[in-house]
Amino acid sequence: MTFSAELERRFAKLLDSYPSGRQRSAVVPMLLYAQDEIGCVTQELVEEVARRCGVTPLQVDEVIGYYSMLHRKPLGKYHVQICTNIACQAVGGEQLYEHASRTLKLGNKEVTSDGLISLEEVECMGACAWAPAIQVNYDFHHFVTPERFDNLMQALRDGTYQRKAS
Amino acid sequence: MADLVNFTIDGRAVQAPKGTLLINAAKQAGIQIPAFCYYDGLSLQAACRMCLVEVEKTPKLQVGCTLPVAEGMVVHTDSPQVRKARKGTLEFLLTNHPLDCPVCDKGGECELQDMVFRYGAGQSRFIEPKIHVDEKQWSPIVFYDAPRCILCYRCVRICGEGLGVGALGIGNRGAAAEIVPNRGDHLECDECGACIDICPVGALTSGTYRYKTRPWEMEHVGTICTHCSNGCKTTLGVRNGDIMRANNRDRSGVNGEFLCVKGRYAFDFNEHPERLTSPLIRSGGELKPISWAVAIATVAKKFSEIRRVGKFGVIGSNHTSNEENFLLQSFARQVLRTANIDHHRTGDVAALIDALHGRTAALATTADLFTAKAALVIASDLAQEQPFVAFQLRNNARLNRGHVYAVTPGPVREDNYATTTRAEPGHEFEALETLREKLAAESELVILFGAAIKGDGIRRLVQFGDSLGAPVKYVCLVDYSNSRGASDMGLLPGLLPGYRSVREEGLEPGLNYDQILAARDLDALWVVGANPLSRNTLTSAGAFIVVQDLFLTETARRAHVVLPAASAYEKNGTVTNVCGDVQKLSRGPKTMGAKTDLEIVSLLAREMNEDSGARTPEQVFEIIRRTVPGYNVPVSVIETGGAAATAPVNGRVIHEPAPELIRSAGNTLFTSGTLGRYSNMLNRVMESPGALYHDPRKAPIMEQGSVQMEELQRPQ
Repeated sequence: MTFSAELERRFAKLLDSYPSGRQRSAVVPMLLYAQDEIGCVTQELVEEVARRCGVTPLQVDEVIGYYSMLHRKPLGKYHVQICTNIACQAVGGEQLYEHASRTLKLGNKEVTSDGLISLEEVECMGACAWAPAIQVNYDFHHFVTPERFDNLMQALRDGTYQRKAS
Repeated sequence: MADLVNFTIDGRAVQAPKGTLLINAAKQAGIQIPAFCYYDGLSLQAACRMCLVEVEKTPKLQVGCTLPVAEGMVVHTDSPQVRKARKGTLEFLLTNHPLDCPVCDKGGECELQDMVFRYGAGQSRFIEPKIHVDEKQWSPIVFYDAPRCILCYRCVRICGEGLGVGALGIGNRGAAAEIVPNRGDHLECDECGACIDICPVGALTSGTYRYKTRPWEMEHVGTICTHCSNGCKTTLGVRNGDIMRANNRDRSGVNGEFLCVKGRYAFDFNEHPERLTSPLIRSGGELKPISWAVAIATVAKKFSEIRRVGKFGVIGSNHTSNEENFLLQSFARQVLRTANIDHHRTGDVAALIDALHGRTAALATTADLFTAKAALVIASDLAQEQPFVAFQLRNNARLNRGHVYAVTPGPVREDNYATTTRAEPGHEFEALETLREKLAAESELVILFGAAIKGDGIRRLVQFGDSLGAPVKYVCLVDYSNSRGASDMGLLPGLLPGYRSVREEGLEPGLNYDQILAARDLDALWVVGANPLSRNTLTSAGAFIVVQDLFLTETARRAHVVLPAASAYEKNGTVTNVCGDVQKLSRGPKTMGAKTDLEIVSLLAREMNEDSGARTPEQVFEIIRRTVPGYNVPVSVIETGGAAATAPVNGRVIHEPAPELIRSAGNTLFTSGTLGRYSNMLNRVMESPGALYHDPRKAPIMEQGSVQMEELQRPQ
């Protein structure tokens, strides 16, 4: 399996970051980086990561089953994650999720037919002080109301959405 | 034992070596700390929370299975807080547990039942509907019922660490977590069933045993597996004369609880519909059932005639007991007055005994394989051909950091943890030279060699061993359950029991296996528990053929008289394993109509007015103990189910070397010679028949757990 040169550089650095014999520690970051490039975790990727880290494909499967940020199926170009955990829930997180689900016509972990947007209800993302919070790919959006949410989705569709400087 | 720490458990002052885990220290003091996930010899998991205890001056309850004892520690294992925690843990474990104990295989011997009975609460506060998942079948052998599972990881660890297969893992998490097999919806593995036996609850069940019986309805008979030469103790669950299951949960015997697929599931040959239950006699070109009395009389009459003028050939078995082999050779030599006796030799034991001439300490025992500082395997796909021997070496490497070297013609599973070198058959010694430096640096060594090393090769190997400097022990790898015993008991044309030359008794060596089959003038061929005509042809057209066997084998089909024999599971006696350890066979099931080979030979002797007087296995074993060099083993060890090391080393062995007769059976994990053909379970698993020296990339075989070895607790 081939990856971009940049990803290969990251992998090389990762495998070098752990003491000899402990390369299995690289399984999670490798999967995350590769998922960003490929779009999801494929069986081919599972086997490749297993081979590179010296574990069985089953051990990689165990990791994928455990971590909800690793996905077996492709997500939308924009993966919208809405927190409904306690702090966000207290200020309308659940209503926001229901609003999103209704307007996007998506259930949890579903993708729009054009592959642009996917929706996921998530647990606490550590943005409680700015609740209700959502995440679009790696970007946070704070104090999200249904109106602000609709504008954000429109921007995604129009192509006017600006990634936050990271 | 230098550093002892002093601490208190439940008000008792206790001492234990530094680093001892609290759960083990308590056990040694006679205090049980309950646990599901903690398991001797496996890595620590701390998953079940059953072993929580109160440690003074520590704010929260501590996990007893991962906590090393410390000086001055004060522990309470039965305080109100601990009791409450245990009740809570069990309440959680039962959240989604179906409590289907009345139909569960494990009911009556279930650790969860026992724990709830002893420590649990009578009521649950959960009112939510239980999550139900349908049970799954992963192979003909392994079934998984997720709701019963308590996620203790024992199966995952025994498969990965113990067996080195790593076919099981955990999928998902939280309430949805469950055990998953390595091939998505099915397993591809050794099918050994270790996961099923180690399961504390009824989550993993076997296709052989599930829903067949209740544990208390069976009689549990400890005997020795009749397949390969490793001599694993297997405990047969017998109900109404039928074997219901085989396992070794009491960890008695040399193998602890190890068994491979053959030991656990390939006992079903015993109840194969084609088992012979009546003697057969050839009449009008066909084999027809006949009474035992007529069959024995016919054979005795014919044998009496032939012994006056004719030529006998006797081929003995690799599966019959020492007593039967002893009696057979003495009957052949003394009653039939023939020296033409042999068996299918799968290893050149006689040449090893000869090469060691008198060094009794140079034969390794099964136990040595787990403690030796280093081991060298030559010309054997050990994990396939010698499953328990391979398990011993692998776990010696894992738990005791023993070094393992292997010289093999192709890829083997030992590659995953051993220093391995490839060598084509006949070039092993060149490969050994490349390892010389490393081997010479070892403080002791056990050398295990397959059938490719024979005759002069063994002498050369012992010279190589001697040249290393350190003490070396040897194991001549043989293939069947009593191959070693057949050799030790003198089923050889030139050697009496204990490798004494027949010339010592003024006799000449007789015909060997190949010569018997090739002799043009053979008058009688007597085959006891062997199937020589499956591969070889019999030259003598006029020979009277008598066959004692369980099945109508290729050889039995050619016989004039077929006598139905009892299997090893149906007899008492002893067998000698690949390392020369003698262990006791105990009769479990019975097959109507079949007789043990000991009984058959005794009946023939009586019919021929040559009664030896020894009729029971115990009587014959006494004679063996008295007369066979190296077999004067303590009866108490054998009788209590132990393994007694034999050392039939008696100076030089004067024998006719015949390396061409040494032929490995080449059995894999999923074949067992003729016997294996009659095991449905063995033939049903997808991995069957397997192949020796196969490419590991095509198999799910990867060493797991080796990287965490440093943290692993050694068994106490």
